[in-house]
Amino acid sequence: MELGRPNLEEFGATLLEMGRQNPDLLVVTSDSRGSGKLGPFAKALPKQIVEVGIAEQNLVGVSAGLASAGKIVFAVSPACFLTTRSLEQIKNDVAYSDNPVSLIGISAGVSYGALGSTHHSLHDFAALRATNNISIVAPADNFETRAAIYAAAAHPKPIYIRFGKRPMPHLHAPDTQFEIGKAITLAEGTDVTFVATGEPVVQAMQARALLEAQGVSCGVISMHTVKPLDEEALLNAAAHSRVIITVEEHSVFGGLGSACAEVLMQVGADVRFKIVGIPDEYTITGSQVEIFNYYGITPEGLAEQAQALLGSAVAV
Amino acid sequence: MYSLQELEQKSIEYRKTVLRIIVQANAGHTGGSLSCVDILNVLYNRVLNVSPATFGDPNRDRYIQSKGHSVEALFTVLADVGFYAESELDTLGRFGSHFIGHPTRKVPGIEQNTGALGHGLPLAVGTALAAKLDDRSYRVFTLLGDGELTEGSNWEASMAAAHYKLDNLVVIVDRNGLQISGPTEEVNGLEPLTAKFEAFGYAVREVNGNSIPDLVACFDQVPFAPGKPSLVIAKTIKGRGVSFIENAVAWHHHVPNADEYAVALQELNQAEEALLEAQSWS
Ligand SMILES: Cc1ncc(C[n+]2csc(CCOP(=O)(O)OP(=O)(O)O)c2C)c(N)n1
Ligand SMILES: [Mg+2]
Repeated sequence: MELGRPNLEEFGATLLEMGRQNPDLLVVTSDSRGSGKLGPFAKALPKQIVEVGIAEQNLVGVSAGLASAGKIVFAVSPACFLTTRSLEQIKNDVAYSDNPVSLIGISAGVSYGALGSTHHSLHDFAALRATNNISIVAPADNFETRAAIYAAAAHPKPIYIRFGKRPMPHLHAPDTQFEIGKAITLAEGTDVTFVATGEPVVQAMQARALLEAQGVSCGVISMHTVKPLDEEALLNAAAHSRVIITVEEHSVFGGLGSACAEVLMQVGADVRFKIVGIPDEYTITGSQVEIFNYYGITPEGLAEQAQALLGSAVAV
Repeated sequence: MYSLQELEQKSIEYRKTVLRIIVQANAGHTGGSLSCVDILNVLYNRVLNVSPATFGDPNRDRYIQSKGHSVEALFTVLADVGFYAESELDTLGRFGSHFIGHPTRKVPGIEQNTGALGHGLPLAVGTALAAKLDDRSYRVFTLLGDGELTEGSNWEASMAAAHYKLDNLVVIVDRNGLQISGPTEEVNGLEPLTAKFEAFGYAVREVNGNSIPDLVACFDQVPFAPGKPSLVIAKTIKGRGVSFIENAVAWHHHVPNADEYAVALQELNQAEEALLEAQSWS
């Protein structure tokens, strides 16, 4: 897999490209333009950036007001603050009032690893999954990021998109189709399928390589949209493989894993199932990679989980 | 008690340590830590009745650092006053260390977990209110960034502080004039700040927040007025002590490279020599 740039940079570049074409596109920031790689946007299109200072509640309220008056609004702030401090503004002013703001959660998950729990967003899928009328998207690579940002601008509904700040390998061919709510199947497998979202799709692909070398048939689905969930893609995978493992940079409670479990249990799917994510504990601190390693969000860790569920004793 | 000159020397030593641990960790909030070092120095070495021995005492003064990102300054001062060995600072930012990029109570001496801005003042108001309810004598100090003031929670808490007449509460604003995106007055204007705080019910003082004698004199006078919370606008220079870091927006969370670190140390060593020389003359 060839290495691309951080999704964060892809986002900043995409927004600048779109902003140049549409003067009604506004970026709203809360002292977050630097962290959001929006310096070039602010320089090129100073009239299309609204700065509210360090005030995330105000950020979301103001964005909802701008959207209600016809602007195409991207509200950009670290995912950890955007989806906690401003949760009520998201629930009432964006989702409930149906103001089509695109909420952009930057440096999501444990991207800010060593800054500690205040800066981690491991609850955002859960909080917003339980909020009516908002989509949740976690793009994995540059392609998904760019496509999600374009789709959000064309989609006059509330949406939350979150990503990290590490360079990401390219996962998709350029002619891949992207649609909010439609998973992308990267590989099909009859033994195990990883259903992953966001940056851990990469680890799932690497685990697949290990497993295939061990004779395990392994599929990988990039479930970039956590809500609405692509139930068809999930059920198709459950019908064709014996094991489903979900992978996400989120608490094991309330995120992609929970969403898949809800669907699988309620149709009575006959499949062994495991949720991989960050456990419910005082999260260890370190770099994002160190945290992934600690919690087994690694090619080896995922392959081991797959082997364990397949009931095989093959060591990895 | 330390003399003013001894405190001034400590500030220089603290600045060196702050830079050393930021360079070692290859991460940190350089500008904001250097701007508030003198305030923390005076608080922990002169003002607060708290020490490792009294940290469990319900009557201890509390310090809550709302601008949690300037944690390198706080970790440095807490080491010096004996909460842990200075060598522990070397683990800053390492995998599994409790010395992370924001204050956490897993580190001895830290009162509250902060880092998301706009939390310290409400916490301080509650802690100060508890003293009033229990008839205790302790005081509560909290340090806010100036950019942080746009968080609405600060103003909500300010109204509660005035309403409950919390004259045991001392709010310090590190008024360095900068935040991540630029000068505060360009990002989202705060002025007239003194008038705003007065209108919210504080007794307000302005002080040179990088001057040890001024800070000592100021904190000697709290509470500034009976029945009112005290508010100190500490006018500081972000990055204070190193010429090329001072007042430079980019140094909010820039880490010095090897050359920059060498020059910074040289400047601080020169300042220390000048201080000691002035002392020997006086
Ligand atoms: C709720 C919240 N929003 C955003 C941030 C990110 N952030 C960290 S420091 C900072 C700028 C702080 O500026 P200021 O308060 O002036 O601090 P100082 O200049 O003393 O460093 C920002 C926006 C945060 N830590 N918490
Ligand atoms: Mg400031």
